[in-house]
Amino acid sequence: MKLLTHNMLSSKCIKGVNLGYPLGIEARDIKVSKVDFNSEFVTRIIPKLDYKTLYGAAEKLGHATDLPQTVVENFESNEDFLQKVHHVLLEVEVIDGDLICPETGRKFPINAGIPNMLINEDEV
Amino acid sequence: MSSGMKKYLFWFANEHLDFRINEIKSIVSLLNVDLKWLKTPYEDPFWIGELDSDESATKIASRSITVRYIIDLWSTAPSVSELHNELHGLSHSLLAPYSDASFKIKVEIFGKSQTQKEKLDKIESFNYLPLNGRVQLKNPELALQYIEYYGVDHSIAPLHPRELYFGRVVAQCQRDLISKHSLKKRKFIGNTSMDPQLSLIMANQAKISKGDLVFDPFVGSGSLLIAAAEFGGYVLGTDIDYLMLHGKSRPTRKQDRDKPRNNESVFCNMKQYQLEDHYIDIIVADSSLPLWRPDILFDAIITDPPYGMREAIEKVGCRKEEKRISEQHLPTHIPSKVVYPLCRLMSDLLDFAALHLTVGARLVTWLPIIRCEYDEKKLPHHDCLQLVGNSEQILSTTSSRRLLTYEKNKNFKPNSSSNGILYSEETFRERYYKYVEQLRKVKGCEKDS
Ligand SMILES: C[S@@+](CC[C@H](N)C(=O)[O-])C[C@H]1O[C@@H](n2cnc3c(N)ncnc32)[C@H](O)[C@@H]1O
Repeated sequence: MKLLTHNMLSSKCIKGVNLGYPLGIEARDIKVSKVDFNSEFVTRIIPKLDYKTLYGAAEKLGHATDLPQTVVENFESNEDFLQKVHHVLLEVEVIDGDLICPETGRKFPINAGIPNMLINEDEV
Repeated sequence: MSSGMKKYLFWFANEHLDFRINEIKSIVSLLNVDLKWLKTPYEDPFWIGELDSDESATKIASRSITVRYIIDLWSTAPSVSELHNELHGLSHSLLAPYSDASFKIKVEIFGKSQTQKEKLDKIESFNYLPLNGRVQLKNPELALQYIEYYGVDHSIAPLHPRELYFGRVVAQCQRDLISKHSLKKRKFIGNTSMDPQLSLIMANQAKISKGDLVFDPFVGSGSLLIAAAEFGGYVLGTDIDYLMLHGKSRPTRKQDRDKPRNNESVFCNMKQYQLEDHYIDIIVADSSLPLWRPDILFDAIITDPPYGMREAIEKVGCRKEEKRISEQHLPTHIPSKVVYPLCRLMSDLLDFAALHLTVGARLVTWLPIIRCEYDEKKLPHHDCLQLVGNSEQILSTTSSRRLLTYEKNKNFKPNSSSNGILYSEETFRERYYKYVEQLRKVKGCEKDS
């Protein structure tokens, strides 16, 4: 699971959960790989992000050292910033771990890089 | 002819007829090309349209799957002599820019078989063209195309061609992608993997462009995401089937049933086509429940929802008794599935699209249909979505599926209404078997009513 995905996921599927956002992350195995940088994509995705959540998640995984705490002004033309966001969004991946509902503490396991957001019959 | 516009011949592949016009409509709107159709005969593979330039033709060709070639049309006539007469008059001015170019003349006899000798004679018949360059079969600077069209049905081919076309090939379209993405050579497939041609057509219907965020809520083996990524989309998918997404379901290819599975996944497929940089994630999740942050907007949603046909067949004999879920099994526990009637699924999907698409973006999805019950007015609809494409793929005499393209035209309001009225609270499977049962009783239904 990439941090871009984490930025978009909620645990609202659980009955009674209000927002279910942001999900906590418990990572047991993190992989960093190289993904081609595409400034157009990153520029378009930044306005969709909850940046605070992205920063928090990157920090939790120990990959926030280079990342500014807030979106810089005129980010469209700041390639350095776009590269850094690209890195945390697409190159840092949780292979094994848990996502945690902020309201109920319910854990959603991530294995082989794939989050399992299914809830059981009795939780719907 | 309108000013500054030239005639082009669109040579379509002879399949998926109902998808042609919608595909080109989507492409020209995506790429901002001005196209005016002059001749769009439903069954014939040769259509004529006006474009302002070769550049526009090349743009369309950079995306089209249903078209094979786009040809700058120099002459079209109902008889050989008329075609040559017209070319005689025009050839000097038309060929002036190419007089020294390397060239080839291709001959296509469509709808009738002819010998190689006859074809060569036909090439010879263009001897009078003022071409001074050398003949070059591979990548010539000028490719000329002669077409004799006898109709689509070989068995009733007339003596003389119905229509003749001659022109300069401007661009080849994207049909090579169909073999590039062939399921036969794909690492990971499932028993409902979507055929690459239709997947690519769907990506065109969805107007996917570079840097789009694309989502498939019923992702399966990810065929639609491959097509979307091929056109520059960044892709995400969900599926309820844990084993499928982890490449642990029963192998679909018979010959692979004994081999251990290794590294089979949506990601592997993306890698196989060098599209891994466009892969975001796949997630095990139930699309009937909310999953996303409410303000997330996708640039396209393309999907092939479950109809309950193959899934149900899979279930036979393997339905396990419900067990209590132990702590240890919880992480990988697969909850029992309940029936998800098609009308509910469709209205959920439309609601989801109305909420989670950017305004102007598209939802492209399939709907199974019992052909003689089809009524366009009964298609699922939503206040915020406009149906902009509807193409039928016939599957049998009784059933077909329709590729529906919806465009979001206004922002979602909580009181917007949606409806998936096609079948009441049934799955398509139930509806289908009820229908077949009725048929058996009545024997035959009014055709095409
Ligand atoms: C027709 S298949 C899609 C196949 C896919 N296009 C491909 O090329 O492999 C439908 C998929 O929907 C999944 N599905 C069924 N019900 C679902 C649900 N409630 N939520 C998410 N996925 C579901 C099935 O597991 C199946 O993989």
